[in-house]
This record gives sequence, C-alpha cells and structure tokens, in this order.
Amino acid sequence: MTNASNAAPAAAQGGRKFGDVILDLQNISLRFGGVKALTDISFNIREHEVRAIIGPNGAGKSSMLNVINGVYHPQEGKIMFRGQERKKMEPHMAAKQGIARTFQNIALFKGMSVLDNIMTGRNLRMKCNLFQQALWIGAARNEEIAHREKVEEIVDFLEIQHIRKTAVGALPYGLQKRVDLGRALAMEPEILLLDEPMAGMNVEEKQDMCRFILDISDQFGTTIVLIEHDMGVVMDISDRVVVLDYGKKIGDGTPDEVRNNQDVINAYLGSGH
Amino acid sequence: MGFFIETMLGGLMTGMLYSLVALGFVLIFKASGVFNFAQGAMVLVAALAMARFSEWSNAALGGDSLFLANVIGIIGAGIVMFAVAWTVERFVLRKLVNQEGATLLMVTLGIAYVLEGLGQTFFGSEIYSINVGMPKDPVIMFEGLIEGGVMINKEDFIAALLAAVLVGGLTVFFQKTSVGRALRAVADDHQAAQSVGIPLNKTWVIVWCVAGLVALVAGIIWGSKMGVQFSLVTVALRALPVVILGGLTSVPGAIVGGLIIGVGEKLSEVYLGPYVGGGIEIWFAYVMALIVLLFRPQGLFGEKIINRV
Ligand SMILES: Nc1ncnc2c1ncn2[C@@H]1O[C@H](COP(=O)(O)OP(=O)(O)OP(=O)(O)O)[C@@H](O)[C@H]1O
Ligand SMILES: [Mg+2]
Repeated sequence: MTNASNAAPAAAQGGRKFGDVILDLQNISLRFGGVKALTDISFNIREHEVRAIIGPNGAGKSSMLNVINGVYHPQEGKIMFRGQERKKMEPHMAAKQGIARTFQNIALFKGMSVLDNIMTGRNLRMKCNLFQQALWIGAARNEEIAHREKVEEIVDFLEIQHIRKTAVGALPYGLQKRVDLGRALAMEPEILLLDEPMAGMNVEEKQDMCRFILDISDQFGTTIVLIEHDMGVVMDISDRVVVLDYGKKIGDGTPDEVRNNQDVINAYLGSGH
Repeated sequence: MGFFIETMLGGLMTGMLYSLVALGFVLIFKASGVFNFAQGAMVLVAALAMARFSEWSNAALGGDSLFLANVIGIIGAGIVMFAVAWTVERFVLRKLVNQEGATLLMVTLGIAYVLEGLGQTFFGSEIYSINVGMPKDPVIMFEGLIEGGVMINKEDFIAALLAAVLVGGLTVFFQKTSVGRALRAVADDHQAAQSVGIPLNKTWVIVWCVAGLVALVAGIIWGSKMGVQFSLVTVALRALPVVILGGLTSVPGAIVGGLIIGVGEKLSEVYLGPYVGGGIEIWFAYVMALIVLLFRPQGLFGEKIINRV
C-alpha cells in the first residue's frame, strides 16, 4: 500500500480540490470497561474530501464518529483540529467548532415538524438573548424569519417541500434520514459526520442520498466523514477510505487501494460480508 | 342553575392554578426526565422569600410604599428561585444524568427536604402574610342572564386570570421562540440536541427557572389567600393527580387536566360531599386520575406507551 493517506490526491470527482488536514486523529484508544472499542487508531481528514469509514459490525465505526463529535472521550490519543490539539469537549462544543452529524439510529425531535427540526440546526447562529425572546420582540422575530429562509433553502435542496409541516414521527424511514441530514446541514458545518445515512433504504432512496452527499460536497465544499456498509456506494462516492476491524485500523487509502488490500479482503470474507 | 354555574366557575378558577403548578411538573419532566417532587417545596420557598423580603423592605421603607416593597419582594424571591435552579443543575442534575427515574425521584425528595429546611431557617417558620392588594370581596355577575346572578370571588378570579396569562405565555414561549424550540429539542432527545449545539446544562437551568417562576406565582396567589405557612407544600401536591390525569409529558394535558380536576373537586364536594361526609375533594381527584389510568395508562394526553418486544 502506498502512502496515499498522507498525500493530497487530486480530487476524483467534479474537480474538487482537497485542502489541508483539518482533523488529525492520533493514536486514539477507547475502552468501555473491558470492551476495547478502538485501539491505537490514527488517520486524518482533509478539507473538502469525502472520507469513508468502513468495517464489519461492531468494528468501532460509530465509536470513532462519537469520539470526533465529543460524545465519547478516548482514554488515549490526541485529536488535532486545524493543527491545534483539541481539548476534551462535549458535543455542543464540537458543534460550535463546525462539526455536525447524523445518527445511525435516527435521533430526530419526534414531537416537532420537519421545519422545526431543521430550525434547531440554526440554534447556534441565533443571537437574540432569552429576554428578547421571552418578550418576542422585533429583533427576535426578524432573526427567526431570516433563519427560516435558510431552512427553506435546505428543504428545497433535499427535495422535501411536500413534508415541511409534517411531524417527523409520522414520516417513513427514508424521509426521516433525509430530515436528519437537513438538520445537520442547517448548521452550515465545516465537517459533516454521517453515520450510515443509507442504511435500510431501497435502491432509489440510496441513489438520492448519494446525489445529496456529492452535491453537498461540490456546492458547499463541506468535509464529509461517511460510515457506510454498502461497498458499491463507498467505492463510488468516497475519496479515501479507512477500514476498521475489531477496533483496529486494517486499511487506509483510496477506494482502489483498499479494495485490493489483503487484510481488508480477509476481514470482510471472515465476517461473512 | 345559578348555583351550579357558580360551583363550576369556582372549580375552573381553582383548576387554572392546578394547571399552572402541573405545568411546572411537566416542563421539568420533559426536559430532564425528572419527576420533580420538590415542586411543592419550591412553592413554599418562593412564598416565604416573597413574604419576608417584602416585609423587611416595607419596614426599611417605613411602611410608605407597599407597592415598592412588593416589587422588592418579588425580585428577591426571583433571585432565590434562580439560585435554586442553578444549584440543582450544578450539583445534582449534572452528576446524575442518565440515572434511573427512581433514583432521580428520590433525589428530588431530598431536594424538597433541603429546601423546606433551609427555607425555614433563613426566612422563619411562622405564618407570614403576602399582601399584593388582592380584593377579598365577592361580586355578583350575570344578573341579567341568570336569576339571582352568579357570585364570584374576585380574588379567585384575578388569581385564575394571572395563572391563565402565565400558562398562555409559557405555551407561546415554548412553541414560538427559538429558546423554546431548544428546550423542546432537549426534552425530545438529549444527544441530538447537543449535536446541534444546544448545551444541556444551560437548558436545565432555564427549565428549573421556569418551574421556579411558576412556583413563585403559585406561592404568591396561595400565600396571599391562606397565609404563607408550611402547608403550602401540600397545596402544590394537589396538582399531582392533574399530571397523572393529563399525562406527564403533555403541556395541553396539564392545562386541561387542571381544569377537569378543579371542576371535579368542586362538584364532588358540593353534590357528593353531603352523602359521603366531608373531605371528599381531597381524595376524589385521585379517584378520577386512577379511573383515567385504568383506560389510558399514559394519561389523557400523554404519548402512547408502546412496548417493543
Ligand atoms: N456506550 C457504549 N457502552 C459500551 N460498549 C459500547 C458502547 N458503544 C459501543 N460499544 C461497543 O464498542 C464496540 C464498537 O461499537 P460501534 O457501535 O462503534 O461499532 P460499529 O462499527 O458502529 O458497528 P455497526 O456497524 O453495528 O454500527 C462494540 O463492541 C460495542 O458493543
Ligand atoms: Mg455503528
């Protein structure tokens, strides 16, 4: 395997250019009691790329994502964000740094409408204080309207105009996944973490989702970290791939390199994929 | 006929206060998953603070301005309730997130005792009065419509109006503002709320402050009616069957449940009371709540409980 993970290859699709390393994970180890979820894992993420994390069930993919957005705090290792070591932080602080995410098990606000769910993504960008809000005066109202416009743009982008006012609990699975993505997009993040955004979807829904992900990457230049089980999808849309197995990194490189990596082949054959 | 309507209205007016206190329970439960047994103690502490601060400032002002003294009393009590909210979040909730509901319930029982104890240590344990100038005399209304008219207690009417305004205001705040939306988000899903940048700690302080505000208003209303004394603790617990009836997670449930219990209590007291002996209004609310539970375990408006097997 070449040193592809450290070189900045010219973008495969759409002439996208990768920037510098935005997030560098160094020797990350995470344990839950006796369970070693991640063992000494290092890899980096470059600006504007689509970086996939793959691996069999229980490999530690979601744990890795949770480390990046501050849900879990690794016992060992460093996270460098734009060249600076990141302090231990909670998810809402990671959000402030421009890291947004979707969830493997959809975690929408079920009681709220699609619009309201996506509106929560604008929370950090709202400036009006509690007092102004409590009195619902001019400034707060204008702010609300401005953010509503942004949310409507996202609704259009994801082609969910027809369900704008529906309570999300009542939506079919595939659409819920889309709303989940919309909420993350509303944050206008620098880094977007997607935990199996296509799980449980049919072919058509998967195609739509792929298109959205590539459009996000092209139009907004968002750095995307993607966990996905569907190999076809991964090979199609990602620029670089990290492979995990039993909490260890067994491969890292372009889709082609990973595909021909013997360890990866063994891991996948061994676990029946 | 006039008497029946009178009883109904009386019930609705008390019910509005129950709704208000029930709202305090529901908000905290939704946002932090805690059934706040200390709500009653919060009413007591708020009323005590209000009574004593206004008494002290009245004395300091030489008894010249009752209005100013009351304003100072309200501000003082508000600060006390904020301190309670902040302390509870900092030293209790933050450490106990994701614990079992039963653990958290026991913790709020503890908070209740601490609040009752500290409140009485700081502010005294006698009976104090709150005088915010509530009119005490009844009026006759609707004389043209119903023979003999309907007698309404002005104090109850103003109290109910105040409670209704606060309930309405809170509902709008929760539904229409972005802070309200953030609170609902936390109530729905902690993880997801944090992932969009909503900090749990701040949210909990806000929610407990709102519960403190509810407690303050309830404390002022009841305190001015029956004096500020230890029994205020139990008054708040009369909203308990309301949340059972309305569903712990439902704001409309708290409102409607409060009204139903208020009216049910009054009607049972007046029409059934003579047959079964006095005191019926105290247990009748629970009977109504239990009957609802038999048919709808999640309460009238609560979310349906689905057991996935
Ligand atoms: N909160 C937790 N507490 C205890 N163990 C955990 C926790 N989260 C993850 N684990 C364990 O860590 C290991 C990795 O889990 P993780 O969810 O990261 O895998 P994954 O690669 O995302 O799998 P999948 O493809 O099934 O989503 C598993 O053994 C899992 O049981
Ligand atoms: Mg996973």
